[in-house]
Formats: sequence, C-alpha cells, structure tokens
Amino acid sequence: MESVPYLIAVIAVMTAATFLTRVLPFVVLYKVADHPLLRYLGRFLPPVMMVLLLIYSFKNEDLFSNDFLPELAGLFAVLVLHLSMRNALVSILGGTGCYMALIQLGGFA
Amino acid sequence: MATSLNQTVFKATVPVMFGYIPLGMAFGVLFSELGYHWLFASAMGIFIFAGAAQFLAVGLLANQAGLLEIFITTFLLNSRHVFYGISLISSMKAKGWRRFYLIFGLTDETFSLLTSTQPPEGTDRTDYQLRVTFFNQSYWVLGCTLGGWLGSQISFSTAGIEFVLPALFMVLAIEQFRHLRRAMPFVMALVIGLLVLLLISRDQMLLISIMISVAVLLLYRGGERWNPYRT
Repeated sequence: MESVPYLIAVIAVMTAATFLTRVLPFVVLYKVADHPLLRYLGRFLPPVMMVLLLIYSFKNEDLFSNDFLPELAGLFAVLVLHLSMRNALVSILGGTGCYMALIQLGGFA
Repeated sequence: MATSLNQTVFKATVPVMFGYIPLGMAFGVLFSELGYHWLFASAMGIFIFAGAAQFLAVGLLANQAGLLEIFITTFLLNSRHVFYGISLISSMKAKGWRRFYLIFGLTDETFSLLTSTQPPEGTDRTDYQLRVTFFNQSYWVLGCTLGGWLGSQISFSTAGIEFVLPALFMVLAIEQFRHLRRAMPFVMALVIGLLVLLLISRDQMLLISIMISVAVLLLYRGGERWNPYRT
C-alpha cells in the first residue's frame, strides 16, 4: 500500500494544482475576472465540490445500513456545533471526537 | 527594527497559529495511518500547503486514485483561491521570488489576514506580507510534522480519526451555504453524487459527478438566462 513513488507523484500533482489555483488570477484571470460565466461558476462550484467531497469520503460505506448511523451522528454533531459556535476547529474536532467515541465505545462495528 | 516587526506579525498571526497547529496535527495523525514516513507529512505541509487538499490527499492515497482525478479534484477544491488572488492584485507589489512565495502561500487564513490587517507605520508592505505568510506556513508545517510524528509513535486507538475529513467538508459546506443562501447547488450535488455512487461507479464517483454537475450548472444558468419570468 505504501508506494513512495506514487506518494511523491501525488504530492507533485497536488502542489501543481493548488499553486495553479493561486497563480491563475495573477497571470491571466484578472483580464476576465468580471466575466459573468466565471463569476457564476465561482459562486456555485465551491458548494457543489464540498457536497460531492462529503459523499466521496463515504464512498466505501453502505449508506442505508445501521453501520452508517455513527457517521450520521457525527455529521449532526458537526452541524450543531458549527451552527452554535461557528468555530471550524471546534466543529471538526468535536464531530470527530463524537464519531470516534461512538465506534470505539458504542458497540458499533 | 526586524524584531519589533516580527512581534507585530506574531501577534497578528496568533489566531491562525491556534487553528493551524491542531488542524495540522489532525492531518499528520490521519496521514500516519497510511504507513508512510512522518517526514512526508511535513513535506506535504511545505509543498502543498492547503488544508482541505491535504486531508483529501489521505483519502485519495488510501483509494489509490489516479493522478488526473487528483489533479482535477484538487484544482476544483481549491478553485476558491482564484477569487482571493483577484482581490489582492492591487495590494501585492512584490516582485520575483517574493511574489512567487506570496502567491504560493495564499491560503484562506493568509488571505483574510492580508486583507484585514495593515503593516505597522513605516514598514515595507511586501516585507510584512512575506512574514505573515511565512509565519502561517511555519505553524502549519509544525502541526503536520508533530501530528505525523505523534501518529507514528502513539499506541492509543485512533480508529475513527478519518472522520476529520467529512467533518471538514461539512463545515466548508455550511460556510458556503451561509455565504450563498441558495439551496440549489447543494441539493443538485447531493442528488448527482448519490445517484452516481449508487448507480454508475463507486471508484469513479468523484470525477463523473464533477463533470455532470458542471454540465447541469451551465444548463441551469442557460435556462435562467432565457427565462423571461426570472426575477
């Protein structure tokens, strides 16, 4: 599983893709920054990505079985924490702690 | 005068430190479960320097995802950075390697500091911006390294720690909703993502869903533009 050349390739690709998103506005996009299509995608694509990535992180789970209840409880904890305190770190660590407690102590497989 | 400038920068970046070190540590611990040397956790903090992308990398590495899929996903995940850059163009006067490093280090948190704080009287703006970026990256790399090292040493059960990834995306989705106040993209992505996952492909779910979503977004916009009753 731990193939070092693959890991290095992944780091290189992610470095390039991340840098590209940061450098694009400075080299080309400032000319078309006001284009309505770019602004539209800039508003609507990030929420779509977050939801797709959320689903992707559960892609190997059976979403309609009881085994998925700890995940749902963890997500609910994140939602409640984030709506009440609006501190990303508290929400992420609190939700993860809740999930870890459920699967380690709660008798879920 | 460098000492006092460093003190000012340190004070301005303390909130970022309290965010980056624990989150970087969570990343490092998660990463260590893949079985790679902990120094690679530091390397990812140094080279990629993007929180969400690095958490995502752990999931992609575990699934042995293809490089094209990784490139497209990372690019779209970080595409919000494009709009940071646009709003900073006028205040970024640096040239050469300084400019390169400022652009490279433009995370969400660095962006919000650079747009909300001012360099102290009489100091060079570029110098201030560089130090803020460098301090922030130092916190992040420190967190990644500590977490990666700790994860390779500790023996307590970390089962379930991978939940930080969906938790992070959940938080980002809530933040996006506060900002946008429209249910459409969220519902659309939920429906498309679930349908692709359940009916088409588990392994290629991400790439296929992204392509369908972009197509639907463009069609939706086309529909809105030609709808004479739109408000």
